[in-house]
Amino acid sequence: MRKSDAPRTGARTVPVPLLVPALVGLAFLLLPLIALLVRAPWSGLPDQLTSPEVWQALRLSLLCATSATLLSLVVGVPLAWLLARTEFPGRGFVRALVTLPLVLPPVVGGVALLLAFGRNGVVGQWLDAWFGITLPFTTTGVILAETFVAMPFLVISVEGTLRAADPRFEEAATTLGASRFTAFRRVTLPLIAPGIAAGAVLAWARALGEFGATITFAGNFPGRTQTMPLAVYLALQNDPAAAIALSLVLLAVSIAVLAGLRDRWMRAT
Amino acid sequence: MTRSVCRTRRIRRSLRASGAGAAVLLALSACSSSTGSQVGSDSAGSAEVSGQVTVFAAASLKESFTTLGETFEKQHPGTVVTFNFGGSDALAAGITSGAPADVFASASPKTMATVTDAGATAGEPSTFVRNQLEIATLPGNPEGISTLKDLIASGLKVVLCDKAVPCGAAAQKALEAGGVELTPASYEQDVKAALTKVELKEADAAVVYRTDVKAAGDKVTGVDFPEAAEAVNDYPIAVLEDAPNAGAAKAFVELVKSGDGQRVLTDAGFSTP
Repeated sequence: MRKSDAPRTGARTVPVPLLVPALVGLAFLLLPLIALLVRAPWSGLPDQLTSPEVWQALRLSLLCATSATLLSLVVGVPLAWLLARTEFPGRGFVRALVTLPLVLPPVVGGVALLLAFGRNGVVGQWLDAWFGITLPFTTTGVILAETFVAMPFLVISVEGTLRAADPRFEEAATTLGASRFTAFRRVTLPLIAPGIAAGAVLAWARALGEFGATITFAGNFPGRTQTMPLAVYLALQNDPAAAIALSLVLLAVSIAVLAGLRDRWMRAT
Repeated sequence: MTRSVCRTRRIRRSLRASGAGAAVLLALSACSSSTGSQVGSDSAGSAEVSGQVTVFAAASLKESFTTLGETFEKQHPGTVVTFNFGGSDALAAGITSGAPADVFASASPKTMATVTDAGATAGEPSTFVRNQLEIATLPGNPEGISTLKDLIASGLKVVLCDKAVPCGAAAQKALEAGGVELTPASYEQDVKAALTKVELKEADAAVVYRTDVKAAGDKVTGVDFPEAAEAVNDYPIAVLEDAPNAGAAKAFVELVKSGDGQRVLTDAGFSTP
C-alpha cells in the first residue's frame, strides 16, 4: 500500500534538499533587484525618463548589443561547429582560449582590445595606415568590445548543443550525397536552433550590460559610445537617484526583451 | 642574553628536526624577528598607535600615499596601512553607506562635503594639498600643443574626464575660463583612464592633473596652461567618525600634514595649500 503510494506523492512533491537551496538561490538573485525597486526615486522618475540623454543611451545600447549578437552569430556558430565537429591538434587548448574573455576582467579585455585594434595597436596601426580606420572612440568600437565579451557565451552554448546533437543525422545526409556544408545548413542548423537561440539571448544580455571593455576601448561620448551601463556608472558619481532610475530602465527593457524571446523560443520547440 | 639563549635553543631544535642548513637560517630569522617585535613594542610604549589603519584616498594620491603608508608603518611598528584608492565620489558613497574606513582623503571639497553632511567625519576636514591641471601630450609633444586653444585643432584626439568626476569638472572650469569650446573624443570615467588613453597613444592629449603627468614619467609630456589657475583642486582629509582605529587615523593625518608628508606630496606634483 505505502510502497505503491510513495512514488506517486514523491513525483508530485519537490524534495526539500532541492527546494530550500533553490529558494535561497532565487532570493539571492532577486533581493538586490527588489532593493533597487524599493529605493527607486519614483517621484523623480518621469523627469529622468523624458531626458533625451537617457533615450540616446538606451537606443545606442540596444543597437550595439544587437549588432554584437549578430556579429557573434556570424562567426561564433561556425567556430562552435569547428570545436565540436572537427579534430585538430590543440583543440582543447583552443576551446580554453575561446572562453578566456569569460574570466578576463572586462577592463583588461578593453586594454587588450586597445593594444590590438587601437590606433597604435598591433593590427590597428595597419587599419589606420591602409584604410584610415580607427576603432577606439567609435560606435563600431563599442560593438567590437561587446562582441569580445559576449561571443564566448554563444560559442559555449552552441558547442554544448552540437555535442549533444546526434552526429548521425549529418552523416546520413553526407552519405546521401550532401556536401558537409549543405549538411550543416540543412540538417545541423535546424537541429541546434534552440541552442543557438539560447546562446544568442545569453550573448545579447551580456552585451547589453557590458561596461568595462566598452568604456576602456571605446571611451564615453554621449550618442556615440555612451551606452546605458556607462551612463549609469557616471550618474552614480554624483546623482545616485538618477543612476537608480537609469538602471530601472535598463532592467525593464532587458526583462521585456528576454521574456519576449523566451516565450517565442519555448513555443517553437 | 635572552637573545643568545633563544638562538641556541632554536638551532638545536631545528637541527634535530631536519639537520639542514636552511632550517638553521629559518630558525635564526624566526628568532630575530620575534626579538625585533619585542623591542618595537617596548619603544612604542609611549604611543598607543597600532593595528590596521584603513585609508580611503582619491586615485590621484596613489603614488604619494603608498610611500607615506610605508613611512607610517616604519614610524609606528605594529601598524598596517591599508589603502582603498578610487574615484572620490565612489569612495564617499562607500563611506556614507558604512564601509569601515579610518581616514578619507578626497580630491574635491564637494565630495568631502557629502561625507561631512552625512555626519561621517570626526571634526572639520582640512585641506592638505592642492592639485592643478596640465595637458598631457604624447612624449616630446609632437603636435606642439602649448595652450588650451591648441586642443581644438582638427584631427587631434583629445580626451577629458567626465564632468561627473572632479578632474572633468575642473577641466570644464578651465575651458570656460579660456573661452575654449572643445569636443573631446571621449569623457573618461576617471583621470587615470584619461591618462592611459594618451599613454597608449590612442589620444593625442588629455587634460589631467599635474600629479598624474608626473607619475606617468616619460610616457607623456606635460604642458602647463594659464587657465589651470582657475580650476585649482583642494584636497581635504579627515578622520572618520566611525573610525575603527581613530588613534592611528589621527597619527596618519598628522604625518600627511607634516613636513615629511608634504615633501613626498610636492615631489609627486602637488602644491602645498
